[in-house]
Amino acid sequence: MLVFSLLIILIFNFALELDVRTRQSVTAGVLWSTFAFAGTLGLNRSMAIEKDRGCLDGLLLAPVDRSAIYFGKVISNLAFMLLVELIVLPVYSLLYSVNLFQPGLLLVILLGSIGYAGVGTLLSTMAVQTRTRDILLPILLFPVVIPVLLAAVKASGGFLRGADWEEILLPLNLLITYDVIFIALAFMVFDNVVEE
Amino acid sequence: MQPKPFALRIFDIAAILVLGIATYLALTAPTERVMGEVQKVFYFHVGTAWTALLGFILGGVFSVIYLITKNLKWDKFQVAAIEVSLVFFLITIVLGSIWARPAWNTWWTWDPRLTTAAITELIYIAYFMLRQGIDDPDRRARFGAVYALVGALSAPITFFAIRLFRTIHPVVIGGTNPEADGGFSMTSDMLTAFFFALFAFSIIFIDLFWNRIRLGDLQEKVEQLKLKISM
Repeated sequence: MLVFSLLIILIFNFALELDVRTRQSVTAGVLWSTFAFAGTLGLNRSMAIEKDRGCLDGLLLAPVDRSAIYFGKVISNLAFMLLVELIVLPVYSLLYSVNLFQPGLLLVILLGSIGYAGVGTLLSTMAVQTRTRDILLPILLFPVVIPVLLAAVKASGGFLRGADWEEILLPLNLLITYDVIFIALAFMVFDNVVEE
Repeated sequence: MQPKPFALRIFDIAAILVLGIATYLALTAPTERVMGEVQKVFYFHVGTAWTALLGFILGGVFSVIYLITKNLKWDKFQVAAIEVSLVFFLITIVLGSIWARPAWNTWWTWDPRLTTAAITELIYIAYFMLRQGIDDPDRRARFGAVYALVGALSAPITFFAIRLFRTIHPVVIGGTNPEADGGFSMTSDMLTAFFFALFAFSIIFIDLFWNRIRLGDLQEKVEQLKLKISM
């Protein structure tokens, strides 16, 4: 996941010819595409190892509420995503000499990752139980997380440009709304996804 | 095999009739002054869009009912509604594109409505890909219902997200707003054609929806027979 995301940044470097001027306008986009692609990889792996050796069945036997499993998976996926982001950000800053360590930007990345991991965990739990498995997850996930990516790119871009607070507030609100709605929904329907 | 119910036969015939009448009305309605003939696409465009959205909403409602009752009947209804809507929505997008070429001078712009439409279409294509990957009917129904629910919630949020994106960060593409560019006021003949098209597509939708449910029943029966033979 980590190596993959570094490779994506390299590919973007050549594909977009990131010179100083383009860099300013596309940094947010490049970062979020990297997180999105690397995120599917991590989500797939995290659920596949549960499924392969029957760990998921073992987890389901545990005398806890099913939602505990869901939130546990979300937190672990989120931790992995944040870890990767924590390494990608300084590398990106170093390679392109953009300062990415702004509290606002970090907040956006946290909120975006929560939404992404929340929906992604639910969908990857479904995807690993199908015949096509790994291929299916991005197809299921990407159209649904577009609001997160849009709002996150918008808010990150705003922070990087040092835009007005009002301009950033809207996408930030949208991110929070999305996180709340989808985690609540996943919490309610997760039982249906793991039931045998 | 059960014969087709009588009411369904009537709907079949009615659907063909109203489609014919709607076409006639659309073609004989006064030609719009600025856009000319291409404006006639509009009647069918709105008709299909309306029924497609209705179907997607129905799909979301059926998936909630399925998740509560766990009755496979609602799953059949849900698939039927979404499948018919998927086709109608594709027609909407294609017709809109045909209209947009002369009216906006481009086949496609990244306007909120167009983008949301494209993403919605992709969500429901993904929905069918998900269903295809699962053999067990119960699990297929459960996963389908969950994904349909996620999709139905995500589509409106996408719409707001893109609107926010565009209003704050305008991209200069001439006239991306349908109200601003390509809007027009209708005469009474045009209104008749318009509302009749809405009515006609509602009838066609009900007819297809019903037929698709019947097809779902038959499919189930075939699967049961196959199982019986293999045992």
